[in-house]
Amino acid sequence: MLRFIVTRAALIIPTFIGVTLLAFAMIRLVPGDPIELLAGERGISAERHAKLMAEYGFDKPLLVQYAVYVAEVLQGDLGQSISTRQPVLEEFAALFPATVELSFCAMLFAMVLGLPAGIVAALKRGKAPDHVVMGASLTGYSMPIFWWGLLLILFFSVYLRWTPVSGRIAIQYFFEPVTGFMLIDSLLSGQEGAFTSALRHLILPSIVLGTIPLAVIARMTRSSMLEVLNEDYIRTARAKGLSPWRIINLHALRNALIPVITVIGLQVGALLAGAILTETIFSWPGVGKWLVESIRRRDYPILQGGVLLVATVIILVNLTVDLLYGLINPRIRHAR
Amino acid sequence: MTVQAASPALDAGQAQAPARPLREFWYYFSENKGAVLGLALIVLLILAAIFADVIAPHDPIEQYRDALLKPPVWDAEGSSRFLLGTDPAGRDILSRLIHGTRLSFFIGIISVSLSLSVGVVLGLASGFFRGVVDIAIMRLMDIMLALPSLLLAIVIVAILGPGLVNAMIAISITYLPHYVRLMRASVLTESGKDYVTASRVSGAGLLRLMFVVVLPNCMAPLIVQGTLGFSSAILDAAALGFLGLGAQPPTPEWGSMLASALEFLQRAWWVVTFPGLAILITVLAFNLMGDGLRDALDPKLKR
Repeated sequence: MLRFIVTRAALIIPTFIGVTLLAFAMIRLVPGDPIELLAGERGISAERHAKLMAEYGFDKPLLVQYAVYVAEVLQGDLGQSISTRQPVLEEFAALFPATVELSFCAMLFAMVLGLPAGIVAALKRGKAPDHVVMGASLTGYSMPIFWWGLLLILFFSVYLRWTPVSGRIAIQYFFEPVTGFMLIDSLLSGQEGAFTSALRHLILPSIVLGTIPLAVIARMTRSSMLEVLNEDYIRTARAKGLSPWRIINLHALRNALIPVITVIGLQVGALLAGAILTETIFSWPGVGKWLVESIRRRDYPILQGGVLLVATVIILVNLTVDLLYGLINPRIRHAR
Repeated sequence: MTVQAASPALDAGQAQAPARPLREFWYYFSENKGAVLGLALIVLLILAAIFADVIAPHDPIEQYRDALLKPPVWDAEGSSRFLLGTDPAGRDILSRLIHGTRLSFFIGIISVSLSLSVGVVLGLASGFFRGVVDIAIMRLMDIMLALPSLLLAIVIVAILGPGLVNAMIAISITYLPHYVRLMRASVLTESGKDYVTASRVSGAGLLRLMFVVVLPNCMAPLIVQGTLGFSSAILDAAALGFLGLGAQPPTPEWGSMLASALEFLQRAWWVVTFPGLAILITVLAFNLMGDGLRDALDPKLKR
């Protein structure tokens, strides 16, 4: 088991090097040199330009620059935002909980609906429930979620006035962030109605962000269930006279869920991509909106650091999923 | 073919399985009703794209100052002059959608053929040369897969600058790893087979082996992936357009149409609803057809 963990963990090193290379190259591939970018639209004199080039080390060979960059990254120094002058890492740390909270609720929504839907579709294969679930899941999978979000806002917020249009909590509630998760912080603050307000703000964005994972989970659960239901041990269980309920819960579901867990893990990357669009639509103050705004403001240090951080999160999540998968399924662990 | 014609008895015995590849393909494809529906939708959309100039009732960028934000025809205030209403600048939404079809197919064709052709070459190289080339290419692809496709596309557009052409380049780079991996995997399974060894022994050169002998036998998964890639390309291009990083106004691209309609969300539902519906229908059609193609072309992947 230890060998499995070590080899899997070692595999992320080249990927991580690659991602730093990408982030490093990014800021140098942008037309115009980095100092001009840092100066922005104000412009800069020639001497000051040369001085800053030397100060930031942009006159050194690329390899040296890269080494310096990686050393800085490993010490947690990802540069400063051009527009706010704040360290990129600090800004990321302040916004990341909002994205995690949203992604978590989206995934919860997707699992709570997706798993039962997939199971029902598999059990009623070829019948009406199956067609409904599969049709809905293909539609969900094809959904432009930025439009889906607008439709939901149009219906629930504008027409029915059930949910708020944007933000994380109504403006009358204010408290210092403790955990960064609005649901927990609002409870801790003890203010009446704060938690409900935070929850109401979460509903629509979670549905929007959870739509594609929901479709993927339902499809995956169905096909995995169908495969397991054909296995010999299910036939044995049936022959023994076990109740269908027991067969499904105890025998089929446990085995069918293994591939589904992997798929759920792999959806984390997709969630972060979806968060870019969802957060933009709902003005959700998270990492996705921050990245999009950094492009609009041409704030390249944020984009560079943000991409590196998001990629690191995804790599680590994928590693965790890999390890968990090995834990559940010994066949993977002992492969090779 | 001549061999099969020589044994009519065998043919008659297998009446259920037609001998012609195309007929066999259609047999399996038409089993899947969703796929046929997808195909029909795609044919309709292609016709709309080709004949956009003829079908569209108005010029897509002409602004009718006397008809700003007109609702669709079935609304009390709508008129048959603008069937789906007009946008905030007084442009006919239906005409813009029809011309947008052309744009979306253009984006799909260019992005898919770019990533398909580069992916095929890289995948072939990876599978044939093995060793350092293989490791270098596959590691690079792993890194690209570590980033969500939309984020990678955004980074590339941020480097190249916003615009339709750059968005297409970004999308084709983003989806490159899928084709490379698929191609490499097929090459690895194919290159061990007897027919490859036979042509190698009879003196076929490396390029001939790669492109003439092996490549045609790896087409099925590539076609499926290409179809599904078409829908992803359209979806991502629309997302980039929506974020203001893709096609720029007044181009009638569906995603940027949505973006420019945002502030009128509360006043005019139709400017937001129709472009998104167009995206959904197109993407759905390609996903439906892709599923059917997979069933018809690749029995191994059949669910």
